[in-house]
Amino acid sequence: MIEFDVRTTDDGIGVVVPRGRLNMVAARQLRETLTGLVEGGTSRIVVDLAETTFLDSSALGALVAGLKTARQAGGDLRIARPTESVLTVFKLTNMDKVLRPRDDVEGAFHG
Amino acid sequence: MSDARRFVVRIVALLTAILGVNYVAWRWLFSVNWDAWWIAVPLVLAETYSLIDSLLFGMTVWKLKGRGEPPVPEPDLTVDVFIATYNEPLDLVLGTARAAQRITYPHRTWILDDGNRAELRARAEAEGIGWITRSADWTDMPRHAKAGNLNNALLATEGEFLLILDADMVPKPEILDRTLGYFRDERMGLVQTPQYFVNVPDHDPLGSQAPLFYGPIQEGKDGWNAAFFCGSNAVIRREALMQLGVSRYAGEVEVGVHRALRTARSVIGQARKDLAPDQVEVRQALDEIDYDIARARRDLDRGEALFDVTYRFQKRVAATRRELVGADLRSLNEDLAIIAGLDRLADDPDLSLATIDESALLQLADREWSPLGAVETVEALVRSIDVDLGGEAQPVMPMATISVTEDMATCMRLHGLGWRSAYHDEILAEGLAPEDLQTMLTQRLRWAQGTVQVMFRENPLVQKGLTLAQRLMYFATMWSYLSGFAALVYIAAPIAYLTLGVLPVQALSTDFFVRLVPFLLINQLLFFVVADGRPTWRGQQYSLALFPVWIRSFTSAFGNVFLGRSLDFAVTPKEKREDTGLRWDLVKPQLVAMGLLVLALVVGGVRLALGQASPFGTIFNMVWVVFDLVVFSVIIQAVRYRGFEPDASTGTSGTGTTTDGATAARTSDEGAA
Repeated sequence: MIEFDVRTTDDGIGVVVPRGRLNMVAARQLRETLTGLVEGGTSRIVVDLAETTFLDSSALGALVAGLKTARQAGGDLRIARPTESVLTVFKLTNMDKVLRPRDDVEGAFHG
Repeated sequence: MSDARRFVVRIVALLTAILGVNYVAWRWLFSVNWDAWWIAVPLVLAETYSLIDSLLFGMTVWKLKGRGEPPVPEPDLTVDVFIATYNEPLDLVLGTARAAQRITYPHRTWILDDGNRAELRARAEAEGIGWITRSADWTDMPRHAKAGNLNNALLATEGEFLLILDADMVPKPEILDRTLGYFRDERMGLVQTPQYFVNVPDHDPLGSQAPLFYGPIQEGKDGWNAAFFCGSNAVIRREALMQLGVSRYAGEVEVGVHRALRTARSVIGQARKDLAPDQVEVRQALDEIDYDIARARRDLDRGEALFDVTYRFQKRVAATRRELVGADLRSLNEDLAIIAGLDRLADDPDLSLATIDESALLQLADREWSPLGAVETVEALVRSIDVDLGGEAQPVMPMATISVTEDMATCMRLHGLGWRSAYHDEILAEGLAPEDLQTMLTQRLRWAQGTVQVMFRENPLVQKGLTLAQRLMYFATMWSYLSGFAALVYIAAPIAYLTLGVLPVQALSTDFFVRLVPFLLINQLLFFVVADGRPTWRGQQYSLALFPVWIRSFTSAFGNVFLGRSLDFAVTPKEKREDTGLRWDLVKPQLVAMGLLVLALVVGGVRLALGQASPFGTIFNMVWVVFDLVVFSVIIQAVRYRGFEPDASTGTSGTGTTTDGATAARTSDEGAA
């Protein structure tokens, strides 16, 4: 099972923390969570993957969809702290070449 | 598959290759009649074409794989059954959907209604069948036909596996029990089963069944881990498709952004040229953007993550633009129209973003821009090809959209990522074939166009990630669609001899026959042992008789891919057409060819009687002409065919005989791919 923690920082940056397995069943929920944030006016989003134990291509697809929504609203989506196994999935699809994982949540929108 | 059968097939395939190479090499080296080069060269080229076709066929069947009993599926897999429809009659769609509900392995059934029909939705949901239509994201976006329909549904569902069915393909209850077991192999991406049609009489006048393709050819490809996805009756692993979608997305964004930046630079350069000397501020702004473009390109070259680069770039250009507003508004309105057009840059349903016609981009670059117009163009350019893939409904498109037949390209890309495929040779769904000539011709043209499009856009011979054998297996099917040009030569050569006395070979000598005849015979023997009782004659006939379709598919796909022309795409109708009398007009080229062949027989006879021609050569060519006519006779049958009547199916079903010139193509049969 999966849970999503959602909070907004003082800078107005949305932080989403998926806890557990981020797979095809959870993908839609992730997409809806991200869309919900943007619609609520938070277009700068960090997805913190530190507690994501597993991630499949459907979940990657949901991240891309979220990225699109965020950029269309003038913001951006960044990912932070992926585990080694999650990073492997990024590399397998060459997503690591376009979407750079950040080392921490706080600094995700700096530099 | 018994070892004995595989052994026999291999021996015959080997002999065919040896005798074929022996014949065609001799033809090139010693027997081309260069004095009559205008027919001699085309003939030897056609024969070479046929030899390569034969070699590829031999290679295909070399690894015939009979999978036999499938493994038992793991329990508790989640499966979505997709029934794709556009405009088929509701009763037909619902009939298929009800059969899908009766599939025994637990699953969910969905109707993918590209026609967005309220009545279909109401009736489906009343029976507990899911109904999906395009989401709002697709408004004013390229729809990509069936591939788009499937891509839309992929995001609305979440099963681990997908069974894809055309609206007329009624599945048997055991279809999932018989196929899911193959996915115990965790790298197995796709399992294809045959497409079989119930509304076809035994003599199959329209060549609807593809017994050779859905049999030995697929089993042979399977042996090389290259069994094809054929659009329907296949089970696919969602993870494989999604991985494909995401990795294609990453690749296309990269290609697209590089192109956009290159074009952006030209646009700025053009705008700067036209500046008056006193427009200092404007010049400065354009210089800044030019610098930003160069910097973005440098950052990309250094390997910086693409989205970081484009994000920074867009922020900076937006800032510069704000400074510029008001500086020059003279010719802005005109530019704005063009900019609006940019968002439809990728509007051609056959194109994806990475394959945008570069000439369209170049035209943009050559226009005379006002400075502000130029800056906005740069923004729009990068936006259109940036992360959001602005010209597409959804950024991730797992099903390939480069071709009107999405299946082959998708499958080739899956293989390229290292996924495996399987062909399970058991009829597990029964569908409806076209029952009239016009619909059949439209369908074959579409398949052929789709295949040739893929050949031009993503030629398998140069695709990374495929094994050599896989490349050749994909290429073999494409190659077989080029048979139309060879057919023309095989019609023209005997006519040239009988009417003009022109012989394309140096002499009809013993040398010629001892090489040609054994090759022809062994080639037919290969068909015979490979077919193992399945009818192949219809397929052989249509591969020659539909030569105008194959030629048109090649020229129209060429025009589409390289010249940006429309394909005149048409969806294959599943309904019977109105009775409009016999449509001889649809097969005019074939009728002309037959007329010329008959005329050649008459002229040849007269020339023989007058002593102007050699008896041996005349008779040899007459036999050839008669063979061509027998092949073409299928066209007459097809025109006269009045549709399927279940009781009247008493026709003859022939088995393979001889072929023309050198060897037989199986295009019509392969066409089912």
